[in-house]
Amino acid sequence: MLLLGLTLLLTAAAAADLPDTGAPPLLGPGLGFSPSVSASASAPPLLLLPQPRPEYGAPGVALARSAAEEPAVPAEEEEGPHHHHGGGYRVVQWEWSYVQTPYIIAIWLLVASVAKILFHFSQRFTTVVPESCMLILLGLVLGGVVLIANKKQLYQLEPALFFLFLLPTIVGDAGYFMPARLFFDNLGAILTYAVVGTLWNAFCTGFCLYAAKLLGVIDERVQADLMDFLLFGALISAVDPVAVLAVFEEVHVNDTLFIIVFGESLVNDAVTVVLYKVYISFVEVGVENVQTADYFKGVASFLIVSIGGTLVGLVFAVILGFITRFTKKVRIIEPLFVFLMVYLAYLTAELFSLSAILSMTFCGIGANKYVEANISQKSRTTVKYTMKTLASIAETIIFIFLGISAVDKSKWAWDTGLVSCTLVFIFVFRAAGVIGQTWVLNRFRLVPLDKIDQVVMSYGGLRGAVAFALVVLLDGEQVKAKDYFVATTIVVVFFTVMFQGLTIKPLVDWLKVPRSTSRKPTINEEIHERAFDHILTAVEDIAGLQGYHHWRDKWEQFDKNYLSKLLLRKSVYRKSELWEAYQKINIRDAISVIDQGGNVLTSARLSLPSMASRASFPEVTNVTNYLRENGSGVCLDLQVIDNVPGAKVEEDTETHHVLAENLYKPRRRYQSHYSRHFMPLGEKERQDREVFQRNMKSRMETFKSTRHKRHKKERSLKKRRGSDAKEDGSDKPRRNVSWQDKNPVVVPVESEEEKGEHSDPEKEEDVGITFVARKAETPKQRPKSVPAALDGSPLASPSSPPSGDSHLPWKGSVGSPPPCVSVEANKIIPVDLQQAWNQSISSLESISSPPVPAEPVHPRVSALSRLGGPRPASYTPPGSTAGSTSSIGAQVLQGPFCFPERNKKEEEEEEEEGGAVQEMQPLMSSLRPPGNPCVYLRSLVMAPSPGSGEPHSRGPTQL
Amino acid sequence: MGSSNSSVNNIPNAQELMQETGFSAAHILRLHERFEFLDKHKCGQLRLVDRPTNQPQDFGAVQELALNPIGDSIISAFFSPGQETVDFASFVRILAHFRPTDRNQSRDGAQQEPANSSIRKLKFAFQMYDQDRDGKISRAELLQVLRAMLGIQVTEEQLQSIAERAIQEADLDRDDAISFDEFRKSLEKVDIDHKMSIRFLR
Repeated sequence: MLLLGLTLLLTAAAAADLPDTGAPPLLGPGLGFSPSVSASASAPPLLLLPQPRPEYGAPGVALARSAAEEPAVPAEEEEGPHHHHGGGYRVVQWEWSYVQTPYIIAIWLLVASVAKILFHFSQRFTTVVPESCMLILLGLVLGGVVLIANKKQLYQLEPALFFLFLLPTIVGDAGYFMPARLFFDNLGAILTYAVVGTLWNAFCTGFCLYAAKLLGVIDERVQADLMDFLLFGALISAVDPVAVLAVFEEVHVNDTLFIIVFGESLVNDAVTVVLYKVYISFVEVGVENVQTADYFKGVASFLIVSIGGTLVGLVFAVILGFITRFTKKVRIIEPLFVFLMVYLAYLTAELFSLSAILSMTFCGIGANKYVEANISQKSRTTVKYTMKTLASIAETIIFIFLGISAVDKSKWAWDTGLVSCTLVFIFVFRAAGVIGQTWVLNRFRLVPLDKIDQVVMSYGGLRGAVAFALVVLLDGEQVKAKDYFVATTIVVVFFTVMFQGLTIKPLVDWLKVPRSTSRKPTINEEIHERAFDHILTAVEDIAGLQGYHHWRDKWEQFDKNYLSKLLLRKSVYRKSELWEAYQKINIRDAISVIDQGGNVLTSARLSLPSMASRASFPEVTNVTNYLRENGSGVCLDLQVIDNVPGAKVEEDTETHHVLAENLYKPRRRYQSHYSRHFMPLGEKERQDREVFQRNMKSRMETFKSTRHKRHKKERSLKKRRGSDAKEDGSDKPRRNVSWQDKNPVVVPVESEEEKGEHSDPEKEEDVGITFVARKAETPKQRPKSVPAALDGSPLASPSSPPSGDSHLPWKGSVGSPPPCVSVEANKIIPVDLQQAWNQSISSLESISSPPVPAEPVHPRVSALSRLGGPRPASYTPPGSTAGSTSSIGAQVLQGPFCFPERNKKEEEEEEEEGGAVQEMQPLMSSLRPPGNPCVYLRSLVMAPSPGSGEPHSRGPTQL
Repeated sequence: MGSSNSSVNNIPNAQELMQETGFSAAHILRLHERFEFLDKHKCGQLRLVDRPTNQPQDFGAVQELALNPIGDSIISAFFSPGQETVDFASFVRILAHFRPTDRNQSRDGAQQEPANSSIRKLKFAFQMYDQDRDGKISRAELLQVLRAMLGIQVTEEQLQSIAERAIQEADLDRDDAISFDEFRKSLEKVDIDHKMSIRFLR
């Protein structure tokens, strides 16, 4: 329904231009699209509306026309002279001409996208029918609708649009994400098939068609001589990257097979371009005028086009790598550089009429390694998704427009002989070429291509939009049989994409072609495969062979010594690929653990997917290492990772990132503080709750296990800060200060890490990751800053642990089930809370509380009165207080927690109750008046007093 | 071909070697030339270390090996335990590991596994790790190889954690070392025939 509506809309839109669409679409001579380029750059790039272009500058004309053709729309302006600025004031104006181009483009994109959605509604259907087939069918339907509505086909796949916009997006995606190692491992085969195979196909098809013509199989009406047929053979023989990608992506044949077919389809562009241009020029000057020298020029042209295109691509790859080296401060436009440079590589090659596809492919392949290393993780994701989105939509549009283009009466110059001969010939010669070349190649190949591979390769020789665009580009004056060629090309494309595309999957199943596994390599495989490479290189050296591995090793040395130094940031240059792989695996584990559902996290045992069936971890592994290794699942408590002594910062932050993103949503306040892009705190409340519960839980665990009063004080202090951290809104200045005031006192162990993060900005450029990590770290700082502060105070207990390690709550709970969110942690009932509070208060009352220093009132209370905000100021080290606040607070907190007997009671309580109690402690300590603290507290809880009292009592309930 | 055959005849046990390793006569000849080039002392044996001087071994003549991060480990894998020399037959046998597996050509499975079977290839790689030949890749041995391969690029701690992870991943019986079986299992998804073959030795 929606589609139909859209179609109607499009038809209506197209109708606006009906009077002008008599002329055939723009045709650039040869491959020089430049004239049509400049034209279409200013004009609608998507739909070629050939004639309106001249009058495009005068919106009034088109406006009037469209208004006249749209009866449904209230025609505000009846005629051209009434420009939208002319005449009286109109309440509603019909500005069709103003929005026409982008509007139609957007509508088409929408149609294409919606079509994709619809196809994927039926799972079973899409597994059988490739998407490309469905899109072509849809295009046929849409074309039919347009044709019926307008008696004339308005849309077709325009060569300029195709070559300048649609094809680059697909090739760019393909090139950039090309598995480089696989590509170069099979480079020999790819080049052979691309060059020899395409030449073979082109010549054989051309000559045989000519022979068929002579034999009378092809009708007399097809006015074509040898050159025309050779030209046609050249453009029809090239395997099409778009079609191959579309079909093979759904088939999932093994990597080698895929890379050979796909690589061929990319690389053969050079051959096609040259053949096409050579033949065009031959046709233009006439065969009889062609001199021998011209043939050599053709060969030279091939070399220039292919090598030149490759070089252009590589130059742009180097430039791109070099640019991304310096984008540290402008992360946000990193992806743009990638797109621009890759696209520029394409355009530049096109500018010099070199092989644009080769250029773009090699730019992508060449730059990928350096760019991916240089840009941030987020940019990487952006590049990936944008490229995939663009490529996907371009592919969709290509196939839809192929379908639409077919429904055009003017194109149907049908000749059965030509069509059937072409179909037979391209299929036969493709198969023959593949078999012949494979036979030769297998004498050299390490892994021979067996018969099944050859069948799939022959069958996978799909023709597509490139052939169509090329044939449409032909000059009807020069090539008399152009209409026949166009019709034949359409049939060939449809046959290969639809019939072969439809049947290749069953064929692959039936032949039991080895499929690709999307399995990611384990760390062992990463290590050993690298070792294998070294072994093979060494063995080649020992045996005195200068083989593939020898040269690859030479290249790697060169890359390491020069290229990487030039193109990689210093910080990245130090990293090793294996280390990266290791981190990736860790992150993948983390993500998959999380994807399995949060439930995994609540169980003490979790199995990591890449560590198949491991019931428990070896004892020899020390715990911190274990936690670090597995990064994710077990240690819900982010602080665990941070406290691995000397753990590398990048690793931590990486893991943090994953954890922070997935385990619970941390507050991003620090992030917003530092990054240029403020992240709205959508889930703040939930996060606060969750963070609090986590902290409470882990604190309870420690409480049970250690029972050290010092710890409790610290914890409570920490919690106080934690709560202030979480409840303090997006008040930046305050946040900033409160964070800083935790900073000055740091234990040496940590300071190293801190240094790592702060003093090495090169290392940590990813703003997002950094601050997630920093923020997650803040809880860790608290306990550390406290003992430091306490040491200075006379009340400092001698038993305070020397390093930050042993008194940390997560350390205590490591032996027991790791800290995790229990299910009941999520349900908080205010009534329970009230009870808990009462209990805890009564327990507090039973304690003889030690004398309270006189200090407590001042900084906090005064700050509270000063701020007077809804947020409990007692929770917040106010903005005005300097770093000393924390130490004062710490001293203050010494008081009330010297009661060991309370432990038992707390243990009996629910964890959130315990949390509530603990939550109370800083409250009590900081707000306690010089009199009886408990009474004051009780009154505070029971009867929330106006002002500061209310927020306090609400605080826990919010949790 | 005739000339090469005649030369092959000068090499002792050439026929047996060809039979055993599957190398062609041309290969044997070529390898022999290489062997003689490496064998500076013309004693028919390559030495691990020159005894009298403790000077660079014969393999030191291969410049590129010096650049190979794990070159030493690979060289020592050429020498059977306790031995400090390798003669031509062993040299060829070692290299035979890297001959591509012929898939179509059915070797009669009567005799023992050919040197270029994937299991033998793996064995070679395993020995490269397992320097002390105790049948297990210990953590230290893995670390040593990793250190050589990664060099200065990563810190010792990162090496530790990679090794740790690798051992955890592969170590099925939890003896904190990788036995050959475990090694094989950890690589069973990898196309060893492909990854451990050299095209020129076909």
